[in-house]
Amino acid sequence: MISNSAKPIIEIKNVEKRFGSVTALDGVTLDIKEGEFFSLLGPSGCGKTTLLRIISGFDFPTSGSLYIGGEDMAEVPPNLRPTNMVFQSYAIFPHLNVAENVGYGLKKLKLPKAELERRVNEALALVDLKGFGPRESHALSGGQRQRVALARALIMQPKVLLLDEPLSALDKKLRDAMQIELRRLQQTVGITFVLVTHDQEEALIMSDRIAVMFDGKVAQLDTPEKLYRRPANHRVASFIGVMNFIPAKVVSSNSKSLVIDITAIGKITLDADEQYAAGADITVGIRPEMLTILYSETADDKDSFAATVNARSYYGDMTYYDVRINDTDIHATISMRNTAGRPVLAPGAKTRVSWGPDSFTIIANT
Amino acid sequence: MEKSSRSLLTYVLVYLTFLYAPVFLLPIFAFNDSAIISLPLSGFTFDWFLMLWSTKALHEAFYNSMMIALISASLSTTLGIFAARATSRFEFPGKRGIVGFLMLPLVLPEIIVGVALLVVMIQLGLSLSAWTVVIGHVLVCTPFAIAILSSAFNSFDISLEEASLDLGVNKIGTFFRVILPMVAPGIISSFLIAFTISLDEFIIAFFLTGTDATLPVYIWGQLRFPARLPSIMALGFLMVLLSLLLLLVAEYFRRRSTQFSANSSASNESIL
Repeated sequence: MISNSAKPIIEIKNVEKRFGSVTALDGVTLDIKEGEFFSLLGPSGCGKTTLLRIISGFDFPTSGSLYIGGEDMAEVPPNLRPTNMVFQSYAIFPHLNVAENVGYGLKKLKLPKAELERRVNEALALVDLKGFGPRESHALSGGQRQRVALARALIMQPKVLLLDEPLSALDKKLRDAMQIELRRLQQTVGITFVLVTHDQEEALIMSDRIAVMFDGKVAQLDTPEKLYRRPANHRVASFIGVMNFIPAKVVSSNSKSLVIDITAIGKITLDADEQYAAGADITVGIRPEMLTILYSETADDKDSFAATVNARSYYGDMTYYDVRINDTDIHATISMRNTAGRPVLAPGAKTRVSWGPDSFTIIANT
Repeated sequence: MEKSSRSLLTYVLVYLTFLYAPVFLLPIFAFNDSAIISLPLSGFTFDWFLMLWSTKALHEAFYNSMMIALISASLSTTLGIFAARATSRFEFPGKRGIVGFLMLPLVLPEIIVGVALLVVMIQLGLSLSAWTVVIGHVLVCTPFAIAILSSAFNSFDISLEEASLDLGVNKIGTFFRVILPMVAPGIISSFLIAFTISLDEFIIAFFLTGTDATLPVYIWGQLRFPARLPSIMALGFLMVLLSLLLLLVAEYFRRRSTQFSANSSASNESIL
């Protein structure tokens, strides 16, 4: 984990980027700390790739400034920046073999042959490709190409490693394994990683901090837990995972807690650090796994409510239910682990639903 | 089904006969032991090839053609590299119009180009020589070079160039270490095709050649002498072989260049 006091390696100040009439980045300000695994997460067209290209030097901001390691990058071309990139297509040079690819950036240092070889082998070992040096690059699999791209970038000992959707071309199983491995690698080498991804799961698994971007702006910058548990607004909440949005009315509010009334459920008390006017309409959110199906129709638990299964999706390890609460129009998605002896309810089944404390979060309407 | 495939086969055979029968006549009469080009064949001989070997004017024409082809192919390929790089990598105002103008000599009648160039040369006071032919050939070869090189440059994955810059190599280094090796097959292919076009080109050479006759111009001159016809057949046969060889080599390199780019974009063929 990165302490809050770590100094920023990248400072992005009010960066704007326009391509003709299109605004790709609309005033982005953020700091990336030294040694952290930072992700830029968002749907396609949100500006995350443009921001990465500005950091790498392939694009320059229309206005605003960028500092890497305290130095202004306004006039610095990509070949002189202390950053290296793992490209989405990996960009392995097809006319060079694996060792020549990995050693490509070192060639200008004119190292003695033995020294170059040692460094290349070291970099290959780091990504588990020992002995792959003499292989032709076009004979590599997708996963191997990615490792070569990683070794080729890491051998340069950059201050920041930039990764542009590095896992999107891999199949699911390999992707899952690489997520863990990239994280392990980052902690081994201790270099700041900046990852661009549209895959929220990937960002949650690997990152220390995530900047969620929409329409060229940073919507929320937080740790994975904070982002998931306390999304800043409706859009962030629905982009990351599944969220049930439930309309509610404020009953009473003070600086620490908030009492709300949900039509189908009744009064609930939430933690809140903001005050709301009594009677105001607000939205609260609850994640599917925060709700529990009780698999019984009897109302022995005070904090449970009658529900009817509307539809269900069976995932093997999980079942997702769409339920209607208390015969009202309020729907909720509930995920239940399919543990031993637990039935899979059919549509139309009547059951009861409950939740634990601190399950609801307030969703801002912006 | 049976019937339509048979008529298709007939069509193909007739088509190929029209296309290649005249070419096949070349070797037949080149080895025929008779000064008159007519059937039946009278006997087998190498005499006509030996006659080529001993004709000095022919050697000069051959030398002229080779030099003109070499220089024209080099120049037009170099120009083609600039044009293909510019059009594949950069956007600039009037791009489409400029590319259209560059490609125009492909469809202009050569006789018009030849006459126009002749007028220009005379107005400029240049004396006609092998160099004026080179100018004309560069003009007609460049569009072919651009067409071939554009496909090589266009299939080149831009992230390879960015990866090189990213790894600390400047633009010039990147051009020589990544771009050039990647498009090299396209360059060789462009050079060979331009070479072949220049070698075979007659009309422009005819107008601009002055006293340095090229091979096709020499052949044209020899057609006045019926007795020389069989040796021209022999020469034609050799030129067909040479052109064929050059085109095969060019095609080999052109395919390698597309193979290269196919490899660089494929990234997920198999699991680790």
